[in-house]
Amino acid sequence: MRPLAFASRALTYALLSLAAFVSVFPFFWMLVGATNLSSDVVIGKASFGDQLFANAARFFATVDAPRIFWNSAFIAVVGTVLTLAISSLAGYGFEMFRSRFRERVFGLMLLLLSIPFAALMVPLFVLLSSYKLVGTVAAVVLPGIASIFIIFYFRQATKAFPSELRDAARVDGLNELQIFLYIYLPTMRSTYAAAIIIVFMANWNNYLWPLIMLNKPELKTATLVISALTSSYTPDYGVILFGTILATLPTLVIFFLLQRRFVEGMLGAVK
Amino acid sequence: MAQARLSRGEQISGWAFIAPALVLLGIFMIYPILWSLWMSFQVGKGMNFSFGGVTNIVRLTKDPVFIRALVNTLIFLVVQVPIMIVLALLAATALNDPTLRFRGLFRTAIFLPCVTSLIAYSTLFKSMFATDGVVNKMLMALWIIREPIHWLQDPFWAKVLIILAITWRWTGYNMVFYLAALQNIDRSIYEAARIDGASAWHRFWYISVPMLKPVILFTTIISTIGTLQLFDEVNNITQGGPSDATLTLSLYIYNLTFKFMPSFGYSATVSWVIVLLVAVLSFAQFIIARDRRADA
Repeated sequence: MRPLAFASRALTYALLSLAAFVSVFPFFWMLVGATNLSSDVVIGKASFGDQLFANAARFFATVDAPRIFWNSAFIAVVGTVLTLAISSLAGYGFEMFRSRFRERVFGLMLLLLSIPFAALMVPLFVLLSSYKLVGTVAAVVLPGIASIFIIFYFRQATKAFPSELRDAARVDGLNELQIFLYIYLPTMRSTYAAAIIIVFMANWNNYLWPLIMLNKPELKTATLVISALTSSYTPDYGVILFGTILATLPTLVIFFLLQRRFVEGMLGAVK
Repeated sequence: MAQARLSRGEQISGWAFIAPALVLLGIFMIYPILWSLWMSFQVGKGMNFSFGGVTNIVRLTKDPVFIRALVNTLIFLVVQVPIMIVLALLAATALNDPTLRFRGLFRTAIFLPCVTSLIAYSTLFKSMFATDGVVNKMLMALWIIREPIHWLQDPFWAKVLIILAITWRWTGYNMVFYLAALQNIDRSIYEAARIDGASAWHRFWYISVPMLKPVILFTTIISTIGTLQLFDEVNNITQGGPSDATLTLSLYIYNLTFKFMPSFGYSATVSWVIVLLVAVLSFAQFIIARDRRADA
């Protein structure tokens, strides 16, 4: 290797290592913090302590953990299933049955993508409260399930779906819905995996909309309750960081389970 | 590709597949948008309002808190989005080199922040960036700073902290889009350029960037929308403070609607400012992308 090439290679590794360190350090910090006293966390003690069980005990004493994680999981799973069902049907429909009129509808829909949620928040609140839906799971989930982003994503991915498969299925006498369910769905597993990661994380981590909608304590999600702990005047960081570990675990597990398919799915969508 | 003509049955199927999504979008998007447009011309508190014409728009220009939130949001946008896009592009380019070792490890590490919930990372940043916290300790140990930085109390550093936090959270997410698109570029193009003596920088600037233009445009627009809607981070790390230094438009709308005596008309007006900003900026980004292509 020439000296210059060697130097640039070394620089690449150094910068990537720095980026990896910066990316991973807060995770390490979360683990360390959960084993320390709050007073040690705020003075930056970066070594493991012996307070893990004490923090865990205080966490479970302060919050109704099974309830809040059940609430989070319920909202995230229902939201993900409905979003994938409605949005993948639409993405498939737009790509498979093209007509000039539907293309116009699609174009108009992409324009709506630029409308920020903040603009919808107030009218949605008034709309849902007029139907007495504020404080229900339905109010949290319903506005998000026709996701323009996911419809767009599925339409892009459907371009790679071989039309011979559809023609063969038609010859075999399957109707359009059966083709979607029995041919398209299994073929596009990677696409769905990537979409599950994106949508599940968005639902699990959702903060602003549940904050507005879920005013009853028995419906509050883990995200809302743990966030409320941090805004106290003297936050107990050991307890809070223990809670954030629990709140991060589900998305972490899903990501590692589906990681390989996630990359494949993204590849399919960008093609 | 588009068939010459769809049969009647196919036309019906086409509408049937997209109907559920269209109905939902109609109820939860089109209707609220029209409602808020109408609402932005109404004045009054709570559910008692009357037509006020341009009163709300006049109020905007005289509202120092709104001006501050607007300026803050634009600062976040102008500083944060370019930094993040460039970092993500560089990381993706480096990781696209098949001779690089530990690629999978680096890729996973850099993507990992996207997995955290916004609350988890807000809490982490708040505790790491405390005045006596671990970040100040590390920077002082490395002789980069001599005195601890008051990240959460100083108006300037609070903005820097928010920018650092968002960049940490979203760079890996954008990187995955670029990585996926880069892997679709034929490697032989790079080989040919290398044989012709093009430097790594030239290969990046004249091959990767033009080929990635659609993806860069897409991610820039998505990031622009995301930053203009910034809420979770500022609400959890700084609560908009110190003295409104990190107040964003979304946080201001939230405060107007749900914290103070609700003023639906005025908060609808503020939200239309965001809509207009997004529309103008997306349009500008499209135009810039098109101009560059004409040059090439």
